[in-house]
Amino acid sequence: MKSLTNRSKMVSNKKMTFLEKLYLPAILGGMVITFKHLFKKNNTLKYPEERKVFAPVYRGQHVLKRDEHGRENCTACGLCAVACPAEAITMIAGEREKGEEVLYREEKYAETYEINMLRCIFCGLCEEACPKEAIFLTDRLVEPQFEREDFIMGKDLLVEDVNNRIDISLRQLTGKRKEK
Amino acid sequence: MDTGLFFEKLILVVLLFTISLVIAMYSTYLERKVAAWFQDRVGPDRAGIWGILQPLADGGKMFFKEDFTPVNADKWLFIIAPGIAMFVALITSSVIPWGPNIYAFGRDIQLQVANVDIGILFIMGFVSIGVYGIMIGGWSSNNKFSLFGAIRASSQMISYELAMGISVITIVLLSGSLALDDIVKAQHGINWFVFKQPVAFIIFFVCALAECNRAPFDLAECESELIGGYHTEYSSMKLGFFLFAEYTNMFISSAVIAVLFFGGYNFPGMDSFSGNWLALMCVAAFFIKILFFIFVFMWVRWTIPRFRYDQLMHLGWKKMIPIALINLLITALVIAFWEGWFN
Repeated sequence: MKSLTNRSKMVSNKKMTFLEKLYLPAILGGMVITFKHLFKKNNTLKYPEERKVFAPVYRGQHVLKRDEHGRENCTACGLCAVACPAEAITMIAGEREKGEEVLYREEKYAETYEINMLRCIFCGLCEEACPKEAIFLTDRLVEPQFEREDFIMGKDLLVEDVNNRIDISLRQLTGKRKEK
Repeated sequence: MDTGLFFEKLILVVLLFTISLVIAMYSTYLERKVAAWFQDRVGPDRAGIWGILQPLADGGKMFFKEDFTPVNADKWLFIIAPGIAMFVALITSSVIPWGPNIYAFGRDIQLQVANVDIGILFIMGFVSIGVYGIMIGGWSSNNKFSLFGAIRASSQMISYELAMGISVITIVLLSGSLALDDIVKAQHGINWFVFKQPVAFIIFFVCALAECNRAPFDLAECESELIGGYHTEYSSMKLGFFLFAEYTNMFISSAVIAVLFFGGYNFPGMDSFSGNWLALMCVAAFFIKILFFIFVFMWVRWTIPRFRYDQLMHLGWKKMIPIALINLLITALVIAFWEGWFN
């Protein structure tokens, strides 16, 4: 029967020749191939010592930014918590007292601010929702913990240190903040 | 009995025991490293510099694992099986000549624990006892998969021992002696038997792979089908013994291959040395050959996928044995013509 298309292939049921039945030539050929791999460069990254450089838009552990005077940007508006699809963010707002102007940028601030890193899906919607440029995702990894409670990170872990700022300048160049 | 001889042999036995164990230990490390190199990886490199302490860590781990015996297992057989495997693996090193005699303390020290006249038969005999370790281990575990593995191992060993034995006979024809010492002495310098008997060498090597249950003939313990085969139910140091016996077997097989086909401790240009220096260099040459063959064992393992069981049996009975027999016949005829028996 003639086939309509010429895509069909004849099945080869060829008997192996004596040399093929001995397997030896094929095995020796295989051994040459593996031997060549002895001299190839390996691509292993020795993890704790060497780390992969993440892309600037990598979405890792969050940071709560301070402004240039060291005041917290966050005003506890709650937009990040609303935007969060995993409901990982909670906060309690507080009113700024007299004399606390060096600590908080505006009259309202977050007394507590918690992100549950086990709930978080690192989508970055909190970052997009934030009108005050207070929360950013960074290229840091969330450290492993032994207890589930330890993954609920409070302000002590999230707010950046004044003297040890976390660079997010490359992130600001991406996405919607580019035109600013 | 001569006390000097007693101490000389005692020291040799202890030394051999230690060397076998250390080489087996570091074969596990080397295996992982070689596998890594062949697969463009790094391999173990955390314990000590280049991961050199990895075998110690593995051994320590083995010791601290729970030593578990299944409820329905035959307890005594279950315990004795790894012992047999280990015993057989270690005892064969006693007849291998490790080097020419050394002159020390006014004595002529032989670097061979026992110069048995039937050396190669001794090795073949003990290696075939090795299957009891596997068989008893698989049987006493009272587990289907273990039994499958054990049966596979025993039928595989029976089918490959024949071809192995026949290829050894060709060597015995050439050397005219069963004693390993004489076989080595017959291959003085570079006069190695592999050049006269390449076919016998290939058959012996393939059979050695099968005897050691190494890939591509590791059907007895294939992880994917039989979840470890005969040692599925074993844990702790009992499992360690089985794994260790496998690597010791590999060491001994490499030594036997070197002795039978690659001149044992002989190396080209050995006539220009003499005395203890010669002996030391011979031992070094022998160990280099052994290490090379251990490497080849690993090389083969990380190159070829496992044979299917029927392929294994076909290869053993329908290819290896006929080829070995023809090779034996031709060798015998050539020797007969050479000696002038037909004149």
